Amino acid sequence: MYLDYVIRRFSITLLVFVLAVSINFALPRLTPGDPVEQQLNQLISTSSGSIGDVKAIVESYRARFGLDQPVWRQYLDYWGMVLRLDLGFSLANYPERVGESIAAAMPWTLGLLGMATLLSFAVGTLMGGMLAWPRAPRWIGWFAAPFLVLSAIPYFLIGVVLLFVGAIVYRIFPAGGGFPFDMTPGFDGATILGIAWHATLPALSIILAQIGAWAIGMRGMIVSVLGEDYIMLAEAKGLSQRRIFLWYAVRNALLPQLTKLALTLGHLVSGAILVEVIFSYPGMGYRLYQAIQSKDFFVIQGIVLILSMSIALTMFILDLLYPLIDPRITNKRS
Amino acid sequence: MSAPVLEIADLSVRYRTPKGPAFAVDSIGFNLMPRERLGLVGESGSGKSTTVLALMRMIRPPGEISARHMRLEGRDVLALSTEELRRTRFARMSLVPQGAMSSLNPVLTIGAQFADLFAAHGQKSDTARIAKLLARVGLPAHVSSRFPHELSGGMKQRVCIALAIALTPAVILADEPTSALDVVVQKQVLATLGRVQQEIGAAIILIGHDMALMAHFVDRIGVMYAGRLVETGPVKSVFAAPKHPYTKMLIGALPSLTEKRAFQGIPGVPPSLTDRPPGCPFQTRCPAADARCRAEAPALRQVGAAHDAACHFAEAA
Repeated sequence: MYLDYVIRRFSITLLVFVLAVSINFALPRLTPGDPVEQQLNQLISTSSGSIGDVKAIVESYRARFGLDQPVWRQYLDYWGMVLRLDLGFSLANYPERVGESIAAAMPWTLGLLGMATLLSFAVGTLMGGMLAWPRAPRWIGWFAAPFLVLSAIPYFLIGVVLLFVGAIVYRIFPAGGGFPFDMTPGFDGATILGIAWHATLPALSIILAQIGAWAIGMRGMIVSVLGEDYIMLAEAKGLSQRRIFLWYAVRNALLPQLTKLALTLGHLVSGAILVEVIFSYPGMGYRLYQAIQSKDFFVIQGIVLILSMSIALTMFILDLLYPLIDPRITNKRS
Repeated sequence: MSAPVLEIADLSVRYRTPKGPAFAVDSIGFNLMPRERLGLVGESGSGKSTTVLALMRMIRPPGEISARHMRLEGRDVLALSTEELRRTRFARMSLVPQGAMSSLNPVLTIGAQFADLFAAHGQKSDTARIAKLLARVGLPAHVSSRFPHELSGGMKQRVCIALAIALTPAVILADEPTSALDVVVQKQVLATLGRVQQEIGAAIILIGHDMALMAHFVDRIGVMYAGRLVETGPVKSVFAAPKHPYTKMLIGALPSLTEKRAFQGIPGVPPSLTDRPPGCPFQTRCPAADARCRAEAPALRQVGAAHDAACHFAEAA
C-alpha cells in the first residue's frame, strides 16, 4: 500500500530529525570552552575598567540561558524550544531571536539559489542531452568545451570574476546587497526589478558554475541510453526525432539527474555560502558566515538544524515522487 | 504472377574502420514475393541482423549502405527523403526486434507505445483498436495499461509483434524474434507471428540461426556466410539437396532423431571482414577447396529450380 510506504518513509524522516536535533544539541556542548565566559571575557577585554563581579554575572547568564541545569534537563528544554520553533536568542545581536534572523534570511536564499539551481538544471540537462544526440543541430556542439571548462571552475571564483567585471570595471550591476538601499521594499514593479537587478550577478555565478556539471552528466547518460534497444525500435517505428529524444532518451536518462537535483536543492543553503559572502547577499549563507565569525552559537545551531531538516525533507519528497518518475520503482513490498 | 514486394540487388553495408572498410554485408540480392516467408540463416557475424537494419535504413555511422537497387513495393528505399522514410517505417515495412526484453520503453505503458506509433503516422488511436491488436497476438486488453517490466519476456515479444502488424505493413522483418525466449515459448511466439502475418497478408523475412526452427516456418531459405548470400532456394530443396558445402555442413550439424552419433561442428572461423582473401570466403573451412577457390570468388548462380548457390562445385554436388 502506498500509505504504508509513506508512513514507513516518514518515520525514517522523523528519526533523522531526532538525530539531527540531538547532535545539534550535543556538538556545542562537546566543544571546549564556555560560551558565557567567552562572551564575558570578550566584553572585559574590550571595556576599559572592571565590570563588577564576573562570577556573579556568569552565574546569572547561565541561569538566564538554562546552562545551570543538568544536561538531561537542558536536552528536554531544547526539544521544547525546537518544537515551539523557538531557536533562542542570537548571542551576537541580542535580543534578536534566531528564528527571526533565519526567517529574514531564508526567502533571499530560496529565491536566489532555488531559481538559479532550477534554471541551470533545466538548461544544462537539455543542452547536455542534445550534446549527445546525433541528430541535434550542429551549433550545440560549440558548447561542449565551454561546459567542460565551466564544470571545473569553482562557483566563488566565477563570482569574484563576475563581480570584478560586472560591478567594478563596468559598473553595470550593483556590487552587493539584496536590494537598493534607498528603496522601501513593497510589492511593486520597482521592488521586483531592484531585487532582480541585485540578484543577477550572484545568480549568474551559480548558474555558470553548475550548468557544465548538469550538461556533462546528462550527456553521459544519453550516450548510454542511445545504445538501448527501445531507442532502436522507436526509430524503426517511424517516430519523430523530437518524440524519441524527449520521451525515449531524455525521459529515461533523467532519473539520476533528478536525484542529483534533489540533493543539490537540499544542500542549497550551505552550497553557496561563499557566493552570498562575495556579493554580501542577505541570505542564509551570509548569515551563517557572520554567525561563525562572531561565534554566535545559537544562530549556527539554528541554521544547521534548518539545513539538516531541509535535506531530510527533500529526500522524503523525492522518495514519494520516485514511483511517479520511474514506474519500475514501486512502494509495494513484493 | 504478381510483382515482388521487395527487390534487392547488390546490397552492401560497409563500416569504415582504421584497418580499412569492413564489409558486414557484401553484395547480396534477393526478391521477396507478397506473403512469402524467407528465412536468413548464418552464424554470428554473418551479416543477418545488419541486412535487416540496412533494409530499414537504420545503419548508423560509420556504417554505409549501398545497393544497385532496394525497392519496397516499387519505390527505391535508398532514394526516400528522411520524412518519407519515417512515414514508410512500420507502415510498409515493420520490424520485430531481437531484444524483446529491452525493446519497449520502460517508462511508458504498452498502450502509450501503441499510441506513439499511431500518432507518428497520423492515425487516431483508441483503446478498442489497441485491444484488438493485443487480442490478435493472444494478449488480454488490460496489458495496454501495463508497463513493460510487468510483463514476461514472451508477452513483451507478443507486444512487439502486435506493434509490427498495427499498420498492416507489406513486409515484416523479424530479427531472431525468439532467441531470448525458452523453447516452449519460442514455438508459441513463432506460431503467433506466422498466423498474424498470414492474416494481414504480409511477407516476412525471418532471421535466425536455428535451422530446425527455420525449416518449419519459412518457404524459402537463404544461407549467409561472411556477409554474402551463399545459397538460397525453396526450403525443401535446400534441405534435401544442399549445393553449397557450408549449407551441407550446417544441415549435417543438426542432431538426428533416428541416428545416434557424435555432434558435428564446422571447424575453423569465418574470415576477417576487413582483410578479405581473394577467392571464395569459405575456402579455409571447405573440405573441397582447390586452387580455383583460392583465386576466384564464385558468383551466386542458378543450380536448380529457384535454387541458387555460390560454389564452383555446386553442379557436382
